[in-house]
Amino acid sequence: MEESVKAKSLHKKSKREGYMIFLYALPTIIFVFIFSYLPLRGWIYSIYNYQPGLPISECEFVGMKYFTKLFSNPVMRMNLFNSLRNTFAMVGLGILTSPLPMIFAIFLSEMRSKGFKKFVQTVTTMPHFISWIIMYSLVFSMLNVNNGFVNTLLVQMGVIEEPVNFLASQKHVWITMKGYELWKELGWSAIVYLAAIAGIDQELYEAAMVDGANRLQRIWHITVPGMIETFFVLLIMSLGNFLNTGMEQYYVFQNAMNKDYIQVLDLYVYNIGIGNGQISYATAIGIMKSLVAVIMFGFVNWLSKTVRGYSMF
Amino acid sequence: MKREGNDIVFQVVNYIIFGIFALICVYPFYYIVINTISANDLVDKGKIVFFPRGIHFSNYVDMLQRNGIARSAVVSVLRTVLGTGLSVLGASYMAFCFTKQKMWAKKFWYRFVVVTMYFSAGMIPVYLNIKMLGLLDTFWVYIIPGMFPVYNMILVKTFMESIPPSLEESAEIDGAGFLTRYFRIALPLSLPIIATVALFSMVGQWNSFMDTLLYIRDYNLYTLQYILYEYLNESESLAQMAQEGMDMSNAAQNMTPTSMRLTITVIVTLPIMLVYPFMQRYFVEGIMIGAVKG
Repeated sequence: MEESVKAKSLHKKSKREGYMIFLYALPTIIFVFIFSYLPLRGWIYSIYNYQPGLPISECEFVGMKYFTKLFSNPVMRMNLFNSLRNTFAMVGLGILTSPLPMIFAIFLSEMRSKGFKKFVQTVTTMPHFISWIIMYSLVFSMLNVNNGFVNTLLVQMGVIEEPVNFLASQKHVWITMKGYELWKELGWSAIVYLAAIAGIDQELYEAAMVDGANRLQRIWHITVPGMIETFFVLLIMSLGNFLNTGMEQYYVFQNAMNKDYIQVLDLYVYNIGIGNGQISYATAIGIMKSLVAVIMFGFVNWLSKTVRGYSMF
Repeated sequence: MKREGNDIVFQVVNYIIFGIFALICVYPFYYIVINTISANDLVDKGKIVFFPRGIHFSNYVDMLQRNGIARSAVVSVLRTVLGTGLSVLGASYMAFCFTKQKMWAKKFWYRFVVVTMYFSAGMIPVYLNIKMLGLLDTFWVYIIPGMFPVYNMILVKTFMESIPPSLEESAEIDGAGFLTRYFRIALPLSLPIIATVALFSMVGQWNSFMDTLLYIRDYNLYTLQYILYEYLNESESLAQMAQEGMDMSNAAQNMTPTSMRLTITVIVTLPIMLVYPFMQRYFVEGIMIGAVKG
């Protein structure tokens, strides 16, 4: 009898402690609610003809008009499909280039000189830490039509007669954008693979060498299997995130000439929402984007659960 | 013998390829630096390629005296210092709370918080939310929305969970309260990961550009990044004007659009370059914990 009373009071005490801890955490939870959940309220603007400055009660209720018009109005539809095409192009290039950090790491780790290895790693990681604005300034210095490094060099060498305005060209926009991104992020993305390689048991290599395996065989049968899981995890996660290309890179590089090819979905939302003030349209597109993102994450999580046996998030 | 020969070829090719890539990474930075300290008229013709010529530092003096640069530098430094400090405190405090298994409905609240990393209401709703909160066109829009960064919280929490619980338990027996245990035990013991997280958020704050673009109209609150962006656009149009037949026979030290653009680029990049060597050993740890947690 006495025992159970004691246990009960202990249980009560620990329950009270649980509430106390929750109270300590509550301010942070409220904060997250205010900045991440409260904005969802704004979805309502997609079913009203929202005029900035007017309270929502005075705006005209239009129901699903903006959602249907996105597809029925030919201009809207073309713009939306255009930006979707650009987004998918960037995703496709992203998948194509996704093995590059792994390859970078493999060949860097095969390098004998520790000092050179360290040097390469240091200078190739550095661009990750600069902003896209600075990046644009660097690219502009290299490629601009008046006194850019590349144009000056090519004209001097006689390869071209007139300077080329690379930045205002609408050719190869996707590839150059991916190229800038690779320049900026390749060294950084390789770090996780370098760490994975460092974690591989050295005895495996020694044993393979005794058995007469050459360099390629050692890479293919020991190094690659040692990091393939990391590769697939990162690839799957990037697929789950595929609509979130971000807009900073595309925003700074966009101009009148390359707009048709550079406007990814995020940038499109900005351009029509903030640029043109079409708040309701932009919100409607944002909602559809968020829904697709949630579905993708559900799918990716399910994939991870079935393939790897545990949930991703 | 044959294998050794192959090996040498492999090593040489490897060195050459990585050497070229390293050069491509370094050269643009080198190029802009030598062009800011060379004679501006030569710079404008694209004549400075490998070595600076006619060295002078008046560009920097000019630029720093220019209206707006010093002020926006102060804004950038303030937001970096304050934003980093508060977000590190916020992330680590939140992490400490969520290391407590006993918290009421912990699993639910943890998911409630973490799930916000994977969805967003979208740019416009977030903008309207910021507007409703009265943060539009205030300095605090740089600081407050990022005060509890969820991803950093996860990194710190993972680290804190590896601290032996006995330390905290004995402090609890000695009568230390919740906040005392956070400030006196959990926070000091997590310093390695705190350093990592602080470096991430420092770089993020310094480089941030979108928030100024979206939320700030008052030019007194412009950051250096934003000023650089404005100069880039402006100097593009200035350069076009120059091309259309403006007289560009400036003296070596007169500012040209190109030297203005390059100088401010160096000013904005320099702080990152200066802290970069120190941060290198910290960020690897951050990446590893992040990759493991997914």
